[in-house]
Amino acid sequence: MKLQFSAEDELFRGEISSWLADNLTGEFEKIRYRGGPSDEHMYPAERHEWEKKLAAGGWTCIGWPEEFGGKNATIEQQVIFHEEYARVGGPGRMGHIGEGLTGPTIIAYGTDEQKQKYLPTILDGTELWCQGYSEPSAGSDLAAVKTKAVLDGTLKKWRISGQKVWTSLAHESDWCFVVARTDPQSNRHKGLGFFLVKMDQPGVEVRPIEQLTGTSEFNEVFFDEAIAEDILGQPGEGWTIAMALLGFERGVSTLGQQMLFQNELDTIVKVAKSNGAGHDPALRQRIAEAHTGLRLMRYNAMRMLSDPTSGDLDKSALVYKLHWASWHRNLGKLAMDVLGPESEICESGPYDLTRLQSMYLFTRSDTIYGGTNQVQRNIIAERGLGMPREAKG
Amino acid sequence: MDFALTEEQEMIRESAESFLADVSSSQAVRKAMMTEQGYDDEVWQRICEEMVWPALHIPEIYGGMGLGYVELAVLLEKMGKYLLCSPYFSTVCLGVNALLVAGNDEQKQAYLPQIVEGKLKATLAYTGMNGRWDAHAVQATYQTTSSGFELNGQLRFVPDGHIADLLIVAARKEGSQCEDGIALFAVPATTQGISRQWLPTMDQTRKQAEITLHGVVLDQSTMMVDENEGWSKLSTIIQLAQIAVAAEQMGGAQKTLDMAVDYTQEREQFGRKIASYQAIKHKAADMMLKAEVARSAVYYAACVGQEVISEDGDPVLIDDLPQAASMAKAYCSDAFFFNAGNAIQFFGGVGFTWEYDCHLYFKRAKSTETFLGNASYHRELIAKQLLDADGDVS
Ligand SMILES: Cc1cc2nc3c(=O)[nH]c(=O)nc-3n(C[C@H](O)[C@H](O)[C@H](O)COP(=O)(O)OP(=O)(O)OC[C@H]3O[C@@H](n4cnc5c(N)ncnc54)[C@H](O)[C@@H]3O)c2cc1C
Repeated sequence: MKLQFSAEDELFRGEISSWLADNLTGEFEKIRYRGGPSDEHMYPAERHEWEKKLAAGGWTCIGWPEEFGGKNATIEQQVIFHEEYARVGGPGRMGHIGEGLTGPTIIAYGTDEQKQKYLPTILDGTELWCQGYSEPSAGSDLAAVKTKAVLDGTLKKWRISGQKVWTSLAHESDWCFVVARTDPQSNRHKGLGFFLVKMDQPGVEVRPIEQLTGTSEFNEVFFDEAIAEDILGQPGEGWTIAMALLGFERGVSTLGQQMLFQNELDTIVKVAKSNGAGHDPALRQRIAEAHTGLRLMRYNAMRMLSDPTSGDLDKSALVYKLHWASWHRNLGKLAMDVLGPESEICESGPYDLTRLQSMYLFTRSDTIYGGTNQVQRNIIAERGLGMPREAKG
Repeated sequence: MDFALTEEQEMIRESAESFLADVSSSQAVRKAMMTEQGYDDEVWQRICEEMVWPALHIPEIYGGMGLGYVELAVLLEKMGKYLLCSPYFSTVCLGVNALLVAGNDEQKQAYLPQIVEGKLKATLAYTGMNGRWDAHAVQATYQTTSSGFELNGQLRFVPDGHIADLLIVAARKEGSQCEDGIALFAVPATTQGISRQWLPTMDQTRKQAEITLHGVVLDQSTMMVDENEGWSKLSTIIQLAQIAVAAEQMGGAQKTLDMAVDYTQEREQFGRKIASYQAIKHKAADMMLKAEVARSAVYYAACVGQEVISEDGDPVLIDDLPQAASMAKAYCSDAFFFNAGNAIQFFGGVGFTWEYDCHLYFKRAKSTETFLGNASYHRELIAKQLLDADGDVS
């Protein structure tokens, strides 16, 4: 067990931090600390420009293998990248779905041709992706998807029809990966396909959904015989690929997320020190608990990333989502309680929320997306503890 | 950065597992806990001679194995899992640590080799009658005499105080307050003027004693650190001990989770395994989360402890000792209590019997939670660091 980074890794830290210091300036100054979770609706155009800048500096997709344009960065280096990025208030990444989900999935399951076609525009930050899994009747139970895919004999391409929902950033995206049913007779996880669909075409309609924050970052997406540019893997392999993709979701970016949490907690501590809440014994307990929870989250993540082959570490990975989501939801409430009566007062009218209000409200979704807390507990009990699986309806 | 156990640490863990499964069965624990002494002589002898565990983190120059705090934590996790009844915790996690942190070379030479050989049991006696764990806890007093010192006062809640051969005693200069005036002494328990009384405890697996110091005359050589350094050394010793307790608690939190889940896989009600009920599954998942986060807390704190006892420890990590210890102690106290309490609930009626082991863990959870400060005590220490650091409290 070793807590320090190697001298080589520290050099790498120096590289990224000085690049950020030199480049996250000028026109990009205003998007520092902006666009992260709960602030996703802010400055999309500027943040997209920033993606390209980051790419030009060679700082996108650093964990990808070199042959696909990555740096083949070690886990430690990726951790350092995310930490430094968040430390200086790097803008919320518009490209994270492409970089963290689509790319690795295409690298794992795509043909050479598909790799050549899709990876470069993820790498250079020009094209953005969104995730089309959930449907009105398929939420936690993703295997219930109804969206259909039918092979168009003349085009030799699949056509997608159906409705996706809660699709984050669909309105900003160039592409969507869609799980749809290739075999109409099939049910549940059999007979699904994994499709890559261009958003800008007549058969795709995006309608924003207003969130409880009054802002809108997710959408309904309607497909009406929309053409899928490609299918990844074979028809029938959709479930396997969809699940593999979710595996890529948990990973090194969590360390960067923790840095954002740290920024939030620091803000709360600052408020508590200035408004007297820091003298309230009950709030002191909760602040200390939040601080402890965040630090332990870091050590949990380090265990998870240290050696993914050891059995022990699978367990730290299994509990990870439940831990951070519950922790963050508590932090949201703590922020409001520390603010006291001021917590009610908005930034401006009619409904322009403060950053902490936004954070507070948004944390209610942390325990829903990416597997609800209840679904996480089912997974922990079943995979981590070997308890019986849920009865299926 | 690497946060996985090394091969050697894994080996210690495995050998501890098989040894303790053998010598610290439920039957063995129950037998030992019923005695006033609190442990089985033969088992203790095997721990010292066969496993050489007291030598674990004692430097080689004193005859020890020279291993580190992570290795110790790995071992303590298993001791916590098996509720080992032995003077190991008091001798090693209090006594050895006190000698390493605050002893001079002569004192180390005098006592550490004896501990390695299993000839000496030690403990730390710093808490007075007021039930506190901070500097105010030190209520025994010392006076300087022409040839040395005279100690007076009453010490309570001393782990294994009735059977230890060596007492590391904290006493304060008469009239001193709080963190000032505290000195540490290495005092053979047979010294005249010392009387010791075993205190029956709710958790019978952990023995406590009350010690009365009545005109105890000591020579110069017994002083470990004087009033200039007393509290700073004592607080380091206490923090190292908090990490050790947390490691045991983590083992207990894991064990109670495992016991509880195993039982739900056997027991059927309403025609199905109770493990299949979601109310049970979800609670078990919460218990697993606590056990896993507790593990991370302990491993990190143990890494910090390692730096503290090393010759050339990383100063940044050493500075983090108070917080690392408080985080581990706060989290693991809550986690163990949560898991041990829920284990009783999972077992239902049989969980409430003397026969089943649930209560042994439930009681250990409470006694270790209280010992060296409970979760709210530690959270307040952390809050002080976060909120009062700039001295802007009015
Ligand atoms: C902010 C946000 C962004 C999102 N972004 C995307 C996106 O980009 N792409 C995408 O595809 N999806 C996205 N989602 C959708 C998200 O994945 C789903 O909301 C989630 O999977 C839950 O599905 P649901 O909303 O249909 O709730 P349901 O599945 O209907 O759940 C309702 C309640 O029932 C509980 N429940 C369900 N099943 C069980 C069970 N077996 N046992 C116990 N309790 C159960 C749930 O825990 C929950 O409390 C997003 C959601 C949010 C909130």
